[in-house]
Amino acid sequence: MTPIVSAKRNDKNKRWSQAIAFTIFKLMSYSVVAILILILGFIISKGIGVISWDFLTKAPEDGMTKGGIFPAIVGTLCLVAGSSLFSFPIGIMSGIYMNEYASGSKIATFIRIMTNNLSGVPSVVFGLFGMSLFVNTMKFGDSILAGSLTLGLLSLPLVIRTTEESLKAIENSYREGSLALGATKLQTIRKVVLPMAFPNIITGLILSIGRVSGETAPILFTVAAYFLPKLPTSIFDQVMALPYHLYVISTSGTDIEASRGIAYGTALVLIVIVLLVNILATSLRSYFSKKVKTN
Amino acid sequence: MIFNSLGVVGRPITRKKMLTIEAKNVDFYYSDYHALKNINIEVEKNKVIALIGPSGCGKSTFLRILNRMNDLIPGTRMTGTVLVEGEDIYAPNVHVDELRKQVGMVFQKPNPFPKSIFENVAYGLRVNGIKDKEYIEQRVIESIKSAALWDEVKDKLKKSAFALSGGQQQRLCIARALAISPKVVLMDEPASALDPISTAKIEDLIYELKKDYTIIIVTHNMQQASRVSDKTGYFYLGEMIEFDDTTKIFTNPQQISTQNYVTGRFG
Repeated sequence: MTPIVSAKRNDKNKRWSQAIAFTIFKLMSYSVVAILILILGFIISKGIGVISWDFLTKAPEDGMTKGGIFPAIVGTLCLVAGSSLFSFPIGIMSGIYMNEYASGSKIATFIRIMTNNLSGVPSVVFGLFGMSLFVNTMKFGDSILAGSLTLGLLSLPLVIRTTEESLKAIENSYREGSLALGATKLQTIRKVVLPMAFPNIITGLILSIGRVSGETAPILFTVAAYFLPKLPTSIFDQVMALPYHLYVISTSGTDIEASRGIAYGTALVLIVIVLLVNILATSLRSYFSKKVKTN
Repeated sequence: MIFNSLGVVGRPITRKKMLTIEAKNVDFYYSDYHALKNINIEVEKNKVIALIGPSGCGKSTFLRILNRMNDLIPGTRMTGTVLVEGEDIYAPNVHVDELRKQVGMVFQKPNPFPKSIFENVAYGLRVNGIKDKEYIEQRVIESIKSAALWDEVKDKLKKSAFALSGGQQQRLCIARALAISPKVVLMDEPASALDPISTAKIEDLIYELKKDYTIIIVTHNMQQASRVSDKTGYFYLGEMIEFDDTTKIFTNPQQISTQNYVTGRFG
């Protein structure tokens, strides 16, 4: 074959393999969307029938076969709030320390390795640890406090890493500009760097909220109750929670078949909460992004 | 016997005027790399000093020594003395942020904060604890006017600084540096990232600013150096080969290396 003919055939091969590759990439991406739609569709179709105002605002009745899931909703919200109160300040301050004060140092590398390891610990192990330390040793008992602290520990690595990455993304030229005007490091962080990193940090915080609301194993050991007649009044109370509720009525309730609809309803509510939290995150993020540009 | 300003007994020292900046036997190292070798410079008040030389020869490094911005880089080391208005700025009890209020800097790439034009210029005043609203407003307007930017931004002070062009942003950065009334303004190739018209505006600006400030400017542009400066220092591979009146450097340099550089034979 002459060089030109073999070159043309090579061209054709290249074009074919590109077309095939891109088609595969496209299919993979679409399949991810398809899976999400499948899951949502499944939960919505099976759970929507149960949703009603009563469902959302009343307590379970009749051994969980009727009534609502209000206490579980309240419980999940309490745990999310509690764990955030613990992990957000500590996580953000750690992230600031690691990137602004100790960047590149051995101690920062050490902390980062430890943090990564922490994020790899299975959540059920966190639950056991939480039970041992908070519930038993520190004698908090099965309580919102113990559950919040355990969940807080779980989400801490995520918050630290997000804060660190967000700060790292801010160009050094802004820090230099501020320091050259006689600002201290702390002033630079407070007035220039942190506001710029805020939108990304918020996104990370919201993601951690989403993760925490769905965790079942840690709360199994530290706070979750099968059924409570009253809403919690103190942080030492036990509480119901959506993921645990979902698990328990699907596998070991009084009448699993009859409760099945409620289980789907619970799953739907849980997904909607996470969805709402994500929407809130996105709007907060774009609000802060705009503010950063014009303030 | 005479006591000079440091209270040390010595022979009478006759100085024509107090030097704003003095560098004596300065050596600088980036870890093991010997970046500056035995630099000696005297800068008088209200003069413009240009530092020229090929890339990587230590001009910016030296500039950053003067406001201790090199402190931000780990592993750096300096020997020698640097005096600003007679005071050793590397003495152990020196507050670096105080120094930087006296010795300001404008960077090569404009770096305005993502804030409004007004807030950018007011930033230096605010971080130095000034709260008087009227004073801040007055200083901001004065500084923007000093930076030859007022006509272009006077009705959009609340708009984001990012809406300005590159040349305007750089003039904003100059205004920002001037707002805190420093004695010295260091400029690290301030016009190298800008178009010719902005460059010309900034050069005119430097000439005007000389009346109130002492300016040290690093530049690759030799025409610029000869246009705006009173004295010029030529850096080559970490050494300052020659430091003299600008007219002498460009018309009658003493060193061969200087002559080769200013006539464009290399670099």
